[in-house]
Amino acid sequence: MKETWKELPIGAIIKEPGTSKRFETGDWRTERPVLDPEKCIHCMFCWIYCPDSSIKVEDGKMEGFLYEYCKGCGICAEMCPTKAITMVREEV
Amino acid sequence: MGVIDIKKIARTEQLFAPGHRACAGCGATIIIRQVLSVAGKDTVVGFATGCMEVVSTIFPYTAWEVPFLHVAFENVAAAISGVETAYRALKKKGKIKKKINFIAFGGDGGTYDIGLQALSGAMERGHDMLYICYDNGAYMNTGIQRSSATPFGAHTTTSPAGKKIPGKMQWRKDLTEIIASHGVPYVAQASPGYYQDLMQKVDKALSIEGPAFIDVLSPCPLGWYYPTKDTIKVAKLAVETKYWPLYEVENGVHRVTVKPRKFKPVEDWLKMQGRFRHLFKEENKWMIEHIQKEVDRRWEKLLKLEEAGL
Repeated sequence: MKETWKELPIGAIIKEPGTSKRFETGDWRTERPVLDPEKCIHCMFCWIYCPDSSIKVEDGKMEGFLYEYCKGCGICAEMCPTKAITMVREEV
Repeated sequence: MGVIDIKKIARTEQLFAPGHRACAGCGATIIIRQVLSVAGKDTVVGFATGCMEVVSTIFPYTAWEVPFLHVAFENVAAAISGVETAYRALKKKGKIKKKINFIAFGGDGGTYDIGLQALSGAMERGHDMLYICYDNGAYMNTGIQRSSATPFGAHTTTSPAGKKIPGKMQWRKDLTEIIASHGVPYVAQASPGYYQDLMQKVDKALSIEGPAFIDVLSPCPLGWYYPTKDTIKVAKLAVETKYWPLYEVENGVHRVTVKPRKFKPVEDWLKMQGRFRHLFKEENKWMIEHIQKEVDRRWEKLLKLEEAGL
């Protein structure tokens, strides 16, 4: 963020797309999803149902989670057809 | 496009960035992600005030990777009509060549209640735009106040279930049919639990010339009082219990797009949500029957319309 209000763009225009990536929401989480790559069939159900765009997909393969943003809602674990995702309590 | 291959879409660029401030398990952000992955990069989005505008564009952050316009509560349909008209003018002059999609989003508060007049106007004028309402059935952003989309019997902070009333005592307004009555080319109802159906409808709505409207059920863990992990389950069960039929009205002809093989009693759907908890008390049990009857009636009516080719 810029230093004084004078440098802020007029009309609160945000000139850059997707800046929310700089705000990490991962610390909201009480449970974290953990992937068992052995069971994963890369069906992308977790990806299509994730509210936080936090499923890491590389080259069409499910490669885990973006823990910086994942809020730990547990939808992916619930919808996974092969039960490859389990929710584990976060420890401080 | 036909059947949508999510494995293919998952390889493409994400247009709704993480780091937005929606609640864990939010249904509306799932809807936005599904819609944007069909609409693609050449899309202009307008948003009425509501949960999704608040959580996705907290200054100086934005979760949107497409041009985004935030307007007041009541006028998103009018604002996007204006943008679409400007686009048409520029296209006529040859200053823009490519096809651009125009999507206006609003919650049920900004669509059923406050923005209905602007929406009706935009539909009647025939702009080439798509209006998507994410219907979570109350003013969730300001603290769960009732709206005209709140279902019968639901507890909200302005229709509290107690000794005086057992939740909201009025039926939900059937907005999908109200917009269908405008005679616009495409109107549909969808649920994020059936992503294939939802994405196909968005694809169809965007390819059709003229105004289109899609009403999408948007489960809300905060206002419906269910665990965050159950968002998609609730969205699916609403369809399986006939509460939220998935259908489309194309040029005035109704078609039910998803017909579950086996229906479940509406009680199953109500049971999942804390906002209906009081219905299971002995003195309120009549309300469940009442809801079942109404849900059956609306479903039968829909089937009759489909059968008659209306």
